[in-house]
Amino acid sequence: MHIEVRGLNKKFGDFQAVTDVNFEIEKGQLIGLLGPSGGGKTSILRMLAGLETVDEGDIVFHGKRVNELPPQERGIGFVFQNYALFKHMTVEENIAFGLEVKKWTKPQIQERVAELVELTGLKGFEKRYPHQLSGGQRQRVAFARALAPEPQLLLLDEPFAAIDAKIRHELRSWLREMIDRLGITSIFVTHDQDEAIEVADQIMIINKGRLEQKGTPWEIYKNPQSPFVAGFIGESTIVEDVSSLRGFGGTGELSGTKALIRPEYVEIGKASDFELLSATEKGTVRHIHFRGSEWLVEVEIGATKLVTYRSLEKEILQPGNEVRVLIHRAYLFNDTDSWVMENRLKEDPMPVHI
Amino acid sequence: MSSMLQGRWWSWGFRSTVMLYFIVLIIFPIIGIYGQSFSSGWAAFAENITEPLAWKAVLLTVKLALIATVVNMLIGTMSAWVLIRYRFPGRRLLNSLVDLPFALPTAVAGLMILLLLGPNSPVGELAEKLGFTILFHQPAIVIAMVFVTFPFVIRAVQPLLEEMDASEEEAAYTLGATKATTFWRVILPNMLPGILSGAMLAFSRALAEFGAVVLVAGNIPGKTLIASVYIFGEIESDNAIGATAVSVLLLTFSFLILWTVNYVQMRRKNG
Amino acid sequence: MRRLWIGLTVAVFSFLLIIPVIRIAMGAFDAGWSGFAQGLARPETLHALYMTGLIVVIVTVVNTLFGVMLSLYLVRASWLGKRLKQLLNSIVDLPFAVSPVIGGLMIVLLLGPETALGALFNKAGVDIVYALPGMIIATLFVTFPLIVREVMPVLQEIGSAQEEAAATLGASAWTTFWRVTWPSIRWCVVYGVVLTVARAMGEFGAVLVVSGNILFKTQTATTLVYQDVENFNLTAANSIALVLAAGSVTLLLLMEWAKSRREVH
Repeated sequence: MHIEVRGLNKKFGDFQAVTDVNFEIEKGQLIGLLGPSGGGKTSILRMLAGLETVDEGDIVFHGKRVNELPPQERGIGFVFQNYALFKHMTVEENIAFGLEVKKWTKPQIQERVAELVELTGLKGFEKRYPHQLSGGQRQRVAFARALAPEPQLLLLDEPFAAIDAKIRHELRSWLREMIDRLGITSIFVTHDQDEAIEVADQIMIINKGRLEQKGTPWEIYKNPQSPFVAGFIGESTIVEDVSSLRGFGGTGELSGTKALIRPEYVEIGKASDFELLSATEKGTVRHIHFRGSEWLVEVEIGATKLVTYRSLEKEILQPGNEVRVLIHRAYLFNDTDSWVMENRLKEDPMPVHI
Repeated sequence: MSSMLQGRWWSWGFRSTVMLYFIVLIIFPIIGIYGQSFSSGWAAFAENITEPLAWKAVLLTVKLALIATVVNMLIGTMSAWVLIRYRFPGRRLLNSLVDLPFALPTAVAGLMILLLLGPNSPVGELAEKLGFTILFHQPAIVIAMVFVTFPFVIRAVQPLLEEMDASEEEAAYTLGATKATTFWRVILPNMLPGILSGAMLAFSRALAEFGAVVLVAGNIPGKTLIASVYIFGEIESDNAIGATAVSVLLLTFSFLILWTVNYVQMRRKNG
Repeated sequence: MRRLWIGLTVAVFSFLLIIPVIRIAMGAFDAGWSGFAQGLARPETLHALYMTGLIVVIVTVVNTLFGVMLSLYLVRASWLGKRLKQLLNSIVDLPFAVSPVIGGLMIVLLLGPETALGALFNKAGVDIVYALPGMIIATLFVTFPLIVREVMPVLQEIGSAQEEAAATLGASAWTTFWRVTWPSIRWCVVYGVVLTVARAMGEFGAVLVVSGNILFKTQTATTLVYQDVENFNLTAANSIALVLAAGSVTLLLLMEWAKSRREVH
């Protein structure tokens, strides 16, 4: 279903949890609400579900204002962080619950439950109780239960938070696939950016109750609209004065401007590795850490420390080695403005304002 | 070295004293009464059990205790719910009052009921108008039993309500269930173990109650004579065997209930 | 809807608990302040209150000591087998299942003047049944599980890790108990003590049987109330009952206070 949220505000006592949030979601999209803990994303999700009241603003489903509707009547499915399975009911009974409430006939219920059990790979476990299942299995029951009554909107609150890392990966892909297949509009909350990037069509970054940016993962990564967003996605280093760096200095206009430099923007190597040697500067390797799939290298240029990744295929560096460093681009920001700027000494010398 | 030995003697002394105390205080009397009741042989035992006054008293006690337990299950569940789920002025006071029957002497409880329900009291007069008498009749016994067992169900249900996962309820709402449906199908099943174990404890206690009942029951044999008062009567008339026979019956029944409750609770913990 | 439930609950509490206590107060002052004072100042009342007080003190002290020690043994002792511990554990609760009258009967059967043991004590000049010792034993029996049941779960919950740490640091058994174990169980013991005092004070059936309710010799406050009611001396009965009720309410407040301190850990 098409969802529209306008001017959403919510206070808990004195604490302003959500401030002036506006967004629109197309039918069938899978949206990730991403942000630090306590930032307001779960509050937004619960307000969409009707589990929290709205102080100010409108929530509109398919053109109809639903602020006053209780959760029972919104046609949603909700998957809780700790599964919230009915402990005294079997897997089958849990999944059937929503259908019994809607007064489906017995044969209809049986058919639908069997369908979902098949879909979620829980065949053989129908008669088990929640305490007899693993974390991953419980979460799948939670999905099946939420999906059974054919909701128009699926809401998930940190669905993988309580699950082991390895299973988390499998469940993520499984979720993505399922939702694609069913074509159901879905919104999930997470504080794990890898999860959001991997699963969502679009991401909404929520910080301190405000919507910082909405866009595809790539858009957010490439064109962050605020320093927070830039720093939140990926691992970056903050440089106080970007004009001290080669390729960004020179004109006085940039002195005093801060910059966020992502590891992916930094290239290091021997002099012979580079075409544009003039764009590089000398640096010293300070630390290297093994990260399982690559090396994390801390390199120092003058007084500035930068972080970058290095492929395992390349020659291994040692602390103390001298290397050439090329900074491809940086995300610059001051009090009024923020933009991405390419290294002036590279082929394309024009800084790009967004 | 000697201090270690000294320590050894001390702890050996402590251990034996404590264990001896335990065994002598609890086990001896219980074995004693079982032994006594069969000391004159099976025949005498059977005769005393089947004495009509005796088993009528026991049956009456069971029946009234059951009624009192059911009453307590209802008002206890309701009270536990209200005390945990709602906030209102005086809630904490009421919560503390729940334990009053544990603190009050049973004889005082009996006296209270006597005063409140006697023929000169407003309640007694009202009842008379409606055509039934309370005091010295079975309703008074039930009320006395309800009073002394009041805290059991409440205190067993409250922790379950407190620990209950709020998201189970919310999940039910998101699946379309009304508050009533959610209560019956999601919340009540969670409360049930507490209601049942509290009820069993209450029943066990109601069976045994003496002080509160002896003052308000008419103690009319067959009609308002409960087991504990019957036993008391036998003791007063020096019929030790009659008293012990019925005692053993009542005891065995109560022990069975106690062990069932413990067993169920243990299984819940490990299951 | 919720107003209905709250209202009903308040009504139940009022009729069952609050109004009865008020009624006792009214009954005690039926004949005015002098009636109340008279009921209390009678020599039999004073003796009965004295007996109750004596029993409460002795029983509480003895059962606290033995109760705490037994809890420690049942949870921590390595010299008791697991099976044995479980068996003893289930026996601890038995007094709860015993009707007070039966409790009194058991003592009479074991230690009455016609029994071997009882006769032995009589020769030595000590009366057990129909005298204070018997009443104390009966009350000990009835209140026995209270402290044990409060302390044992806590001991199990906190585990022996801290005590083991103390042992490795060289602490003796006594030091470990006093400085490591006791602070954790302190409030549970207090709560258990309050419960024991309340129960000992209120004990009726067992004491009635064992004591023979002999005026001026073996009457307690509760059995005196019983006697007064039987003799239709309601004002006196109410007066004593009021004193007992006031004691109970105080104990109740202490209970709640100890409960809240107990939960802090």
